This record gives sequence, C-alpha cells and structure tokens, in this order.
Amino acid sequence: MIPDVAEGVTRTAQRLDWRVAKVTEVHNETKRTRTLVLDIPEWPGHRAGQHVDVRLVAEDGYQAQRSYSIASPPESARVSLTVERLDDGEVSPYLCDVLGVGDGLEVRGPIGGYFVWDVAQGGPLLLVGGGSGVVPLMAMLRHYVAADRSMRASVPVRLLYSARTVDDIIYRDELQQLADCPEIRVALALTRAAPEGWRGYRRRIDRAMLEEVGWPAAEQPRTFVCGPTPLVESVANLLVALGHDPASVRTERFGPTG
Amino acid sequence: MQTEEMRLDGNAAGGALREIFARDVTAALARCGGCGATAPMGALLEYGHEMGVILRCPTCDTAVLRVAHTPGWTRVDVVGISFLMIPEN
Repeated sequence: MIPDVAEGVTRTAQRLDWRVAKVTEVHNETKRTRTLVLDIPEWPGHRAGQHVDVRLVAEDGYQAQRSYSIASPPESARVSLTVERLDDGEVSPYLCDVLGVGDGLEVRGPIGGYFVWDVAQGGPLLLVGGGSGVVPLMAMLRHYVAADRSMRASVPVRLLYSARTVDDIIYRDELQQLADCPEIRVALALTRAAPEGWRGYRRRIDRAMLEEVGWPAAEQPRTFVCGPTPLVESVANLLVALGHDPASVRTERFGPTG
Repeated sequence: MQTEEMRLDGNAAGGALREIFARDVTAALARCGGCGATAPMGALLEYGHEMGVILRCPTCDTAVLRVAHTPGWTRVDVVGISFLMIPEN
C-alpha cells in the first residue's frame, strides 16, 4: 500500500459504521405506518432523499437488514423514519409494534447520492409517490419549506401522491398545510375507496393525471418517483413517453420485503 | 414472488457498495461492459439475493456488478463495468 494514497482515501471517504440510535419519539401515522424519531450519535447530517440501513440481530446471531428512507429534512438534528408494517416482514413488524421510546436501534447512514434533491438544484420539481413512497419526498418538501421565500419562488413544486384509501394517506394534515403554500400543488389519488365528496382523483396514477399535475417536458423539471416497483416503473415509463428526459426522472423502488 | 417486484434501484445497494468502495458511489457513472450505455450506479437495476446483490444495466440487462458474501470473503465481480467515474464530493 502506498502511504499517501491511503491517507487520501481516509481524508475523502467517510466510513459507514453501524451506530446505535436511540428512539426519542414514536408517532403513529396511519394504521400501517409509524414514524420513529431517532437520536443518532455523531450523525454527520444528511440530504433530502437519502436513506439509512437498519439491522436487527437475533440472539442466535441471525441478522436481518432493511433500508428505510429518511423523512426528516436536513435542517432537523434528529432523524425520522416512517416505516410501513408489512405483516409477513422480518423487520417492519418489530419497528412498528415492539420498538419504543428509549430503545436502541442499529443504523448506518446516511446513504445515497443519486435520489437526492436540495433547493439549490432548482426545479420545477415534480414528486410522484405511492404508499410509503411518499417518505423521501416528504423530506424534500420539508426541506423546501425550510428554504427562504425568494428561493422557493423560483422553484415551484408539485406532488402527486397515491394511496389506497383516505386513511392510508401518510402525513395527511401536513400535506394539507403544504397545499396552502402558493408554490406547492398537492394532488391526491385514492385507488381503492374514496369518501363521499372526495375532490381528488379516484384511480391509479395514469398518463392523463401526469399530464394534468406534472410539468410539461419543455420546462425541464426534476422528477423524483418513489413507491412500489410496479408504480415507479409505470410512472417513469409514462413520463418518458410524455417526452421527459430519462436522466431527469430519478426513481426509488420500494420492494415487497419488510 | 415475481422477479419484477423484487427489482430495486442501485440506490438501494448504496450501503453495501460503500462497504466495498469506501465512499458513496450511487452518483458515480458506470459504463456498461455489455452495451456501452452510461448510467449512475443509483439508476442501475438491483436484484437482491440471500448472499449479496446484482446490479444490472437498465438498457441491456448485463450484470454490471455482482457482490456475494461467503464465509470470510466478500466476492466482487466488476467485469460488467468498463469504466467508472466517481464524483469527488
């Protein structure tokens, strides 16, 4: 090994160590989702859109590891994860049903330099989410509203978010507040059942919806799509068919294992 | 479970890749050894399996990077990457 090369590596690379985070708050968001607020020692800060890996170790040494998107913005010192409980999962039932305030949790991160956005990158911005895929998009929206008004005025934002029913909408109250911001448009689509008088969409995200809510390709928006793999691939393909540059459409697929 | 449902983005492998590259490479640009298309590592298609991950080219499906953990060893096959450009920051 050449010593000065090794030194260079140490300087520029940040090691990704497992750390024991402490759960400081727990909020139930919907019947199936829960937000864990974590205090992570020596947390170096993060960017909106990044995730952490979570590791559970059984007494016999068996390990299960999953990735969870960070919901809190870079401006927040604590790290929030919103976790969806998948009933046959190995990790999410523990995070949603067992873990409590004061408990420790092994995490490493922040991870990812691709599915990230900050307001200085500009827009216009289109965020498309399905189910718990709204989580990293929420970090972007929270980061956006923390920016000063002059910055926001030049970066209009649209969110298209699909959920099964109105009770499955994560961050519902906060999204309603965000929709009051003049620079933000929030469009919701319910795919299974809608209450009487529902004014949003009542179907899966389709081409017509993306044309109505999204930006024309000519405006060269930055687009982030997150959710279950079939939704993400369908939306990404539709956007490309609508003329958007594939490189401007960034995706984060959420797998079916929890 | 259908294979398509198991498919994720290279971004999801960011933690596993950082164990190998010692820095975040999800924004790094990889040129596929199969078709020559260049894509951010985070935009490759990730197929997780019990022992590690496989990243495939979204254009031609070539296995660009394969990582397998075996007792005492991490095995990395990078034959599918003809060029890798890693941003400094």
